[in-house]
Amino acid sequence: MDWFELLFAAEVAVGGLLSGVMYALVAIGFVLIYKTSGVLNFAQGAMVLFAALTFVNLVERGVPFWVSVAVTLAAMTALGFGIERTVLRPLANRSPMTLFMATLGLSYVIEGAAQLIWGTQVHRLDLGISNAPFEVWGIFISTFDLVAAAIAAALVAALTAFFRFTHTGLAFRAVADDQFAALAVGLRLDRIWATVWAAAGVVALVAGLLWGARLGVQFSLSLIVLKALPVLVLGGFDSILGAIVAGLVIGATEKLAEVYIGPFFGGGIEGWFAYAVALIVLLVRPSGLFGQKRVERY
Amino acid sequence: MSVLLEFRDVEASYGGAIAALHGVSLSLAEGEFAALLGANGAGKTTLLKAASNLLPAERGRISAGHILFDGQDVTAHDPGDHLRRGLVPVLEGRRCFKNLTIEENLITGAIGRGLRRTSIAQGLEQVYDLFPRLKERRKVAAGLTSGGEQQMAAIGRGLMARPRLFVLDEPSMGLAPLVVTEIFEALTRLNVETGLTLLVAEQNSAVALKHAHNATVIENGRSVLQGRAADLAARSDIRDSYLGGASV
Repeated sequence: MDWFELLFAAEVAVGGLLSGVMYALVAIGFVLIYKTSGVLNFAQGAMVLFAALTFVNLVERGVPFWVSVAVTLAAMTALGFGIERTVLRPLANRSPMTLFMATLGLSYVIEGAAQLIWGTQVHRLDLGISNAPFEVWGIFISTFDLVAAAIAAALVAALTAFFRFTHTGLAFRAVADDQFAALAVGLRLDRIWATVWAAAGVVALVAGLLWGARLGVQFSLSLIVLKALPVLVLGGFDSILGAIVAGLVIGATEKLAEVYIGPFFGGGIEGWFAYAVALIVLLVRPSGLFGQKRVERY
Repeated sequence: MSVLLEFRDVEASYGGAIAALHGVSLSLAEGEFAALLGANGAGKTTLLKAASNLLPAERGRISAGHILFDGQDVTAHDPGDHLRRGLVPVLEGRRCFKNLTIEENLITGAIGRGLRRTSIAQGLEQVYDLFPRLKERRKVAAGLTSGGEQQMAAIGRGLMARPRLFVLDEPSMGLAPLVVTEIFEALTRLNVETGLTLLVAEQNSAVALKHAHNATVIENGRSVLQGRAADLAARSDIRDSYLGGASV
């Protein structure tokens, strides 16, 4: 391989890594809820759509940027608390499958509500971040992707600090560890779940803005859950670190595969390559790369 | 002395079908150290969970009779409310948060009670005074500590919630005799020094009868025998028929 080809491969990998950050961002929303309540929240994608639609419509109606962010944030928090109250609480102690089906239904309700309120047309979302590429050691990197990655990193740092250093975060980890014991210890599961759903709503807002700026804010935004699933399988459903690493891995391999393996299949493998990776992971290591290993001695 | 906890002809079942209790009566006075004895599957765990209203979380319920804590029907409140009123359970099998450190485990007990930082520091000091081993191990993930240390952590986590009535389910389970003695001596110390009321379910009747004031024996979901621990311990016929012939 000559120098030029190597540079090209590096550029593809970097582009993949940066789009992988965006996958991780969606996956983290899943992880938060799965970790603390054992529910695979299929409605996460709908929440991303809802957040993006709310934000873009506010901005288009002339509401200032940061006010729109604050209002959308409030809306997502309210949505989280509402879901806990109306869906999760009545279904407490039911089987995971029941809860999964409930979130599946919920995703349609949220999507429907979002379109009922804000309409169905496609919106352009401009966050004021330049999309011009710049050059580092001969590799072109998109400014937007880099800023998106930085925002995601800040979000993850904030979440990690929250889990690590606050009492509420400690209560979250306790619930994630042993729900029945947490109940017996007097931790308020309903409040914790409501807070987690609200936090997932905040993650959905960030993901919605970044994805929306990239793809336009439209109905298909809710389909990015399908991009998050292979990431979750690879990283483990209950690990934030796993979601990040897996997001990066999937992002990079997907792009590299498209370029280097794609031609043998006549191209277009980017869409399903992640699923092939996920399938192999399921066969070899079902809990994923970073899925919870039991801390126990024998 | 006033009655703190009372079971009146309690019957309970799981999933609406599987009956676990068929009429248990028992009352516990403030300051008392009581033992609940019985073989595996007699209904001890169900009875203790019923007291904290933890049965609904496992799809069980009290189907007849009443349980009164401090004069109020326990089914009217959720487990967290009971805890904040002073009824603190230590579950069977310890149930420490395995991925959390020992100290974090202890702190969760205080968070559940709604305590502030200064009270938490105070509580930690008391627990470490009672179980000095926990202080040495405080930075270690609970899942990596020994069974005895986990039991101490589970008890400590309960104490962090400042109990008035401490309900323990088989604290001796799977532990070496020396550790069991250490734990029961700590419980006795709490009872004597702070007047803490204790209800301890045990299969190890020898050690329980040695430390408790009174004991109730349940068999197949019914309370069949009650009396002073010393009297029960002295009667070998009881030991043979109800307590699996366990001797010291």
